[in-house]
Amino acid sequence: MEFFKTASEIPFMKQRKMAGIFSAILLLGSLIVLCMNGLNLGLDFTGGTEVEVHFSQPVDVNILREKIVQQGFSEAMLQAYSTTEVNVRVAPHKEITPSELRERILQALPGGTIDQMNYIGPQVGQTLMSNGILAILVSLIGTMIYIALRFEYRFAVSAAIALIHDPLLILGIFSLFHLEFNLIVLAAVLTVIGYSLNDTIVVYDRVRENFRKQRKRTALEVMDLSINQTLSRTIMTSGLTLLVVIALFIWGGAMIHNFALALMIGIVVGTYSSIYVAGSLAIAFGLTRKSLLPDKRPIEDALP
Amino acid sequence: MNRYPAWRYVLLGALIILALLYALPNIYGEDPAVQVSARDAGSLKNVADRITQTLTAQQIPYGSIREEGNSILVRFADTTTQLKAQDFLKAALGSDYVIAANLAPKTPQWLQALGAEPMKLGLDLRGGIHFLLSVDMDTMIKEQEAADVRAMAEFLRSHQIRYISLTPTSPGSIQIRFSTDTGLNQAEGQLSQTFPDYQFKTFSNGWLLQGVLTKPALIKLQNTAIEQNMQILRNRVNALGVAEAIVARQGATHISVDLPGIQDTARAKELIGKVATIRMQLVDTQHDPEAAERGVVPFGSQLYSFDERPILLKEAVILQGSSIGNAATILDENGRPAVSIRLNGQGVNQFNRITGENIGKPMAVIYVETKTDSKVVNGKIQTTEHPVERIISVATIQSALGNNFQITGLQSVDYAKNLALLLRSGAYTAPVTFVEERLVGPSLGAANIHKGILSTEIGSLLVIVFMALYYRVFGLIADMALILNIVFIVAVLSLLGATLTLPGIAGIVLTVGMAVDANVLINERIREELRNGTGIQASIHAGYERAFATIVDANVTTLIVAVVLFSLGSGSVQGFAVTLTIGLLMSMVTAIFFTRAVVNLVYGRRSIRKLSIGI
Repeated sequence: MEFFKTASEIPFMKQRKMAGIFSAILLLGSLIVLCMNGLNLGLDFTGGTEVEVHFSQPVDVNILREKIVQQGFSEAMLQAYSTTEVNVRVAPHKEITPSELRERILQALPGGTIDQMNYIGPQVGQTLMSNGILAILVSLIGTMIYIALRFEYRFAVSAAIALIHDPLLILGIFSLFHLEFNLIVLAAVLTVIGYSLNDTIVVYDRVRENFRKQRKRTALEVMDLSINQTLSRTIMTSGLTLLVVIALFIWGGAMIHNFALALMIGIVVGTYSSIYVAGSLAIAFGLTRKSLLPDKRPIEDALP
Repeated sequence: MNRYPAWRYVLLGALIILALLYALPNIYGEDPAVQVSARDAGSLKNVADRITQTLTAQQIPYGSIREEGNSILVRFADTTTQLKAQDFLKAALGSDYVIAANLAPKTPQWLQALGAEPMKLGLDLRGGIHFLLSVDMDTMIKEQEAADVRAMAEFLRSHQIRYISLTPTSPGSIQIRFSTDTGLNQAEGQLSQTFPDYQFKTFSNGWLLQGVLTKPALIKLQNTAIEQNMQILRNRVNALGVAEAIVARQGATHISVDLPGIQDTARAKELIGKVATIRMQLVDTQHDPEAAERGVVPFGSQLYSFDERPILLKEAVILQGSSIGNAATILDENGRPAVSIRLNGQGVNQFNRITGENIGKPMAVIYVETKTDSKVVNGKIQTTEHPVERIISVATIQSALGNNFQITGLQSVDYAKNLALLLRSGAYTAPVTFVEERLVGPSLGAANIHKGILSTEIGSLLVIVFMALYYRVFGLIADMALILNIVFIVAVLSLLGATLTLPGIAGIVLTVGMAVDANVLINERIREELRNGTGIQASIHAGYERAFATIVDANVTTLIVAVVLFSLGSGSVQGFAVTLTIGLLMSMVTAIFFTRAVVNLVYGRRSIRKLSIGI
C-alpha cells in the first residue's frame, strides 16, 4: 500500500500566501475567542472543591442543584455525566474549612457514593498556573535552542512561530466550547509542542540534506522538494498517532477525555503547521544554501 | 552488508529475556490483603491463630494466612471482604498491632527471588487519598532567628562588647545598634566568625550592624525542615496503618502524601493534620500571673493559661520538640503514671545546663497547633495561619535533665498516654497546612485501570494492523518492535518502582503512536531508495543510516518537553512524563536496533529480488 505511487510534487511554496492567510485567521480567531470567552479553568488552576458522586438509581439533577443551593452554594456548578453520575464543583470558600464544605455538599447528595473528591487550595492553583505558563515558555525556549544548535537560528525561529499555532488553537477550541482546561490538558499542550516539532524537524533535516545534494535548485525549490519527500511519512505518522489518540478519546474514560481531545487538535494542527508554515517561514526569514552549509567540508563530516 | 555480529543478537536476546522476566509479575496481578504487624517490634506468636479464629467467627472468607518477615499477610478475594476483615481484626487484636490494608502481589516465589515486582498503581487506578502539605518556612525562620538573637546577645555580653539594641527586623535579618565605633567593629569581626550563617554589614551612621541569613543557610534550614517533617509524616502514616504510603517532597516547600486504599479522609487528616509543634519553656515564678493578666506582662515573659489559671512563661525556649527522640508511658517508683522522655543529640547540652540552673523551678510543655483561617480582603481570598498554643504539662525540675528524663506525678494513666503520644508523635519542625486533597473511590480506580488497558489494547491493535497492511513484512517487524517496546516500558517501570497512573497509561499509548514513527521514517527511506533504483541491500542500509539522525533529532525535542513536564510537579502529570520518557528511550532500542537485527536476519546474507515493504 502506498499513499503516493510516485514522488508527489505538490507546490507547497506557491500556496504559502494562502497558508499565511489561513493561519492568520485561525490564530486571530483563537485569540478573539480566548479574549471573549476566557478559559474554563479546571479545579487544578482555580482551587476549590470538587465531588464526583454516583447513585444506584437515576437522580434528577435539578433537585440536587436545589439542595446544594439550600446548603448555601449558589455558585456551585453541577454537571451530570449520566443519569446516575454527578459532578459538583464549588469555588474556594472563605468562611468555612474544606472539610466542613465537603460535609455540607455530601449532605446535599443523600444516597450517593463518592467516586472522587478533590480539594485544591487557592495558592496551589495559582502556583500550578504560573508553573504551567513557565513550563510552556521553557519548552519553547529549550526546543528552540536545540534546533538552533542542530540546524540554524532561522529554523529555530520559524519552528517556534509555527509552533505557536498548536497551543493557541487548542486553547481557542477549548475556550470556544467551554471545555475544562486542567493540568492534564496542559500536559497535552506541552506534549503537542514536542510532537509537532518532530514533523518540523524531519522536514528541516531533509532540507539540509537536499541543499547539499541539489546544488542547482533554489531555496524555494529545495523546500518544496523536501516537504514532498517527507509527506508520506508525515501523513503516516500523524495518522497513526491520531489513531491511538482517538482510541484514548473514545475508550480512555472521562478523566483523560479532554487530554485526548487536546492531543487530537494538536496533532492535526501540528501536522498542518509543519507542512505549510514552518518551511515557508524559514524561507521568509532569508534561508539560503549558505546559511546551512557555511564551509565546503564533505557531507559526511557534518553528520553525527 | 546488512549483517549483525553474533554478539549483538546475544545482547538483544538477553535484553528481551530480562525485560520479559521483569514485566511478567504484572500479569499475575494483586490480591487485596490485610497486613498485621506488631507495634514496637513485639511478638507475633499466636497471632495467626487469633486471626483465623476471628475470621472464622465472623464468617469472613479468606484466601491464605502467611507469615512474611515480621508481619502476617491475609489475602482476600475482593476489596469489600478485605475492608470488613480489617475492621474486625482491628477490634479483635487491639492497639498492640498495626493492621493495614494493602495489595499483595501474586508474583510467584521464583520471580520474587529475582527481585521482580509488579508496577505500583497510582491512586487514580486503585483508589485512595492524596494530600499536599505546605510547610510554613517563615515561622521556622523566625524561630531560628529568635534563637540566634538570644545567642548573639549572650555572645556579646560574654565578650564584653556593649550594644544598645539587638532586634530581629524582617525574617532572616537582625539589627544590632552600638554606641561606639570600636564596639561596632569588634562585634562585626567576632560575630561573623561565630555566626557564619549570617552575612554582616556595617552602617557607619548610627553605628548599625546588620546580619542577614545567607542563601545557603536558608536553603539548609529549609531542607532540614522538610526532611524532618517528612520523617514525622512517615511515622504518622505508619501509625495510620497504610502499607504502601508514599511521602515525597514536592518542590521547595511542599510535601505530598499518598495513601492508597484509604477512604476515610477525616481520620487520615486528623492523624496527619495534627499540625503541632512542641516546645519547653521555664515558668516565670518571679512575677505574679494574676497581675499580668490584669495589666502589663513583664518584659521577657509570656502570658498563658493552664487549668483555667493564668501562668507566666519565660520567652526563651529551652527545648524544641524536634529534639525529642521518644516518649513512653511508665509507672514511677510510687506506682503513679509518668512519661519517660528520651532526647536525641541536638539541644541536649543547653537543656541540661538550663535545667541544672533551675532545679526546683517549674517547666512547661507547650503544644502549638496551626489553624488556617480564610477571609476576603479586597475581593481576594486570603488565608492566614495562626498558631494556637496550649500548655499540656507543667512539672517541677528535680535535677539537671539529660538524655533521659521523666515527667512524673501525672493525674491518670490516660493523661500520661495522651501526653506521651503528643510528645512522641514527633512535632513538626515547621508548621504544615493542607493545601490540596484528592480522594478516588476504589470503584472509579478499577474503572480507570480497565479503561486505560482497553484503550491501550485498541490503540495498539489499530497501529499494528495498519502497519502490517501498509509495510507488509517490514510492517510486521515494526509491529514486533512495538509490542517489545510496551514490554520494555512495563519492565523498566516495574524495575524502577515507578507508579503507574492513568495519564501514565496515556503516555504509553501515545508512545505507541510516536515510537512507530521511527519505523515509518526508516521504511519510507528504504522505499525512496528503492524507487531511486538503489540495490535492495544498499537501500536497507541507507534507509537505516539516513533515518537515524532524523529519529534522534525528532525524539530529543519530545524528551525536552517531557523533562519540563516532570518538573511541573503534580503526580498525575509526572506519571505521564515518566512513561513518555521511558517509552521514547526504549523505542530507540526497539525501533532501530531490534528491527535492524530482525531485518538483517531475514534479508541479510543473501541476494533477494524483491523486498516486502509494500511497494
